[in-house]
Amino acid sequence: MIAPLLSVEGLTKRFGALLVSDSVTFAVEERELHALIGPNGAGKTTLINQLSGTLPSDAGRILFADEDISHLPLEARVRRGLARSFQITSILPDYTVLENVALAIQARSGSSFRFFGRVGQERALNDEATAVLTRVGLVGRSTARAGTLSHGEKRLLELAIALACRPRLLLLDEPFAGLGQEESQASIALLKELKSDVAIVLVEHDMDAVFSLADRVSVLVNGRIIASGTPDTIRVDPLVRNAYLGDEELA
Amino acid sequence: MTGGTAAAANSSRAWRHPAVWLFAAFLALPIPAHFGANAYILSFATHAVALGLAALSLDLMLGIGALASFGHAAYLGIGAYSVAILSDMGHDDLLVQIPVAIAVASVFAGITGFVSLRASGVYYIMSTLAFGQMLYFLAQSLSAYGGDDGVTLAARSRLAGSHLLASDLGLYYVTLAALIAAYVLLDRIVGSRFGRVLGAVRQNPMRVRAVGLDPFRYRLLASILAGSLCAVAGVLLANQSEFVSPAFMTWQRSGELLVMVVLGGMGRLWGAVLGAICFLTLEEVLPGLTDNWKMVLGALLILAALGRGSRLSQLFKGVGR
Repeated sequence: MIAPLLSVEGLTKRFGALLVSDSVTFAVEERELHALIGPNGAGKTTLINQLSGTLPSDAGRILFADEDISHLPLEARVRRGLARSFQITSILPDYTVLENVALAIQARSGSSFRFFGRVGQERALNDEATAVLTRVGLVGRSTARAGTLSHGEKRLLELAIALACRPRLLLLDEPFAGLGQEESQASIALLKELKSDVAIVLVEHDMDAVFSLADRVSVLVNGRIIASGTPDTIRVDPLVRNAYLGDEELA
Repeated sequence: MTGGTAAAANSSRAWRHPAVWLFAAFLALPIPAHFGANAYILSFATHAVALGLAALSLDLMLGIGALASFGHAAYLGIGAYSVAILSDMGHDDLLVQIPVAIAVASVFAGITGFVSLRASGVYYIMSTLAFGQMLYFLAQSLSAYGGDDGVTLAARSRLAGSHLLASDLGLYYVTLAALIAAYVLLDRIVGSRFGRVLGAVRQNPMRVRAVGLDPFRYRLLASILAGSLCAVAGVLLANQSEFVSPAFMTWQRSGELLVMVVLGGMGRLWGAVLGAICFLTLEEVLPGLTDNWKMVLGALLILAALGRGSRLSQLFKGVGR
């Protein structure tokens, strides 16, 4: 049997007396879209922060591509192919859209300790950034200052930055939050397309999106994974229905 | 600000860039000075250009990297004491003094930055202040170099064996050449891969980490670069005053350097130079107008800090950007 791309074993996080992640164990295969759902306060964002290396864990192990990355900082995990987006949009507001994406490409192609060449004129960086922006449908805004984008455009830009890192696994924390109906649909279509290239862990409240996209779903309640399986099994799991999902939401 | 200040990127537009006008004015200054109080004006201008170089170096940290160092004057001291101590030992050539000053400044910036940059916000500022004060008290304890009183230099430094700096005009143009060279260097750096990362660190360090880069390294290197350039300013400042004392590196001087950068507008390099000139000119002119000149200066600084629109370099808004 081939080892999964990401394997999480007994991951735990305490904030004082509060147990936020309670020995979380799950795995993500190559090119799988694994949705992480659960009520507010279940610890989804904390888990994403632990997986990405934004927050240190108190116990447990994270194996990524057969390597123990439990103690690596965020930036080292990104270089190994584990990129993330943030629940609260995180971009570089003073830079143009193109520069935001080009920075991510620069970070993984050649040294950033170069002091004389004009980075703005590096064709390789700009061309690849343009290609990524075309893919997410933001290429028309390349020269706009990122701070001036609409909320939906900023979410797309953040996705573009994550993609520009060329990840093997993408951790997406509520990428559809605050998007309008049309923007949501476009983003869902985009993720469907991305799924064939890259594994994704998706934290999302939008159940329509989750059940149309996910290969597998894990349900997090009070820091514990209470169920994990295909969307169809999760939909009918009595434990999940009781603990979390209102019946009508799943109808 | 994106992608650097781009002074000479487009030569057909280069003449419109404020930095070009600023440096042209400096180059031409000795001509009118020749018909006025030559010695006084040249001495003041050399002083201003040297401190302009110090403010310029601080702008790499403050304006590009958002590192509000409150101990930057320590590097003026390192440069100045390099001149005093090396001259005393018989090494009176800039070709020795400047490399030594840069080496000492790099080591000091490397060690203090390694500690200070672990902290952020107010704690970073306090820690740079503390390191600056440590160096200040070290200089005070150098009894061989006059302790608190400082020491008068026997002569100005030589340049590659020549006595070019012995003339006020020679010293002025050497100082100006250092400023222009530093400006061109920093302008290139700001527009480079390194500069793009440093600017990104200012805007959002977490975003930089999330694309796989460690902000600490870029901040540390920026501190070393800025410290080194400021030490060169210290070498030139010592030659201008022909006197070296701990007063070169008081915390008040560090504060003044911050004020110069803010006054001229952060993050555009030439703004820091303009800020230095304006600050020193005000400091020179205001006492002749009123006894309460420090209050007037204070009010002007508050205006500059509060009103983004009152930043001096905004006068040139739309020019060469």
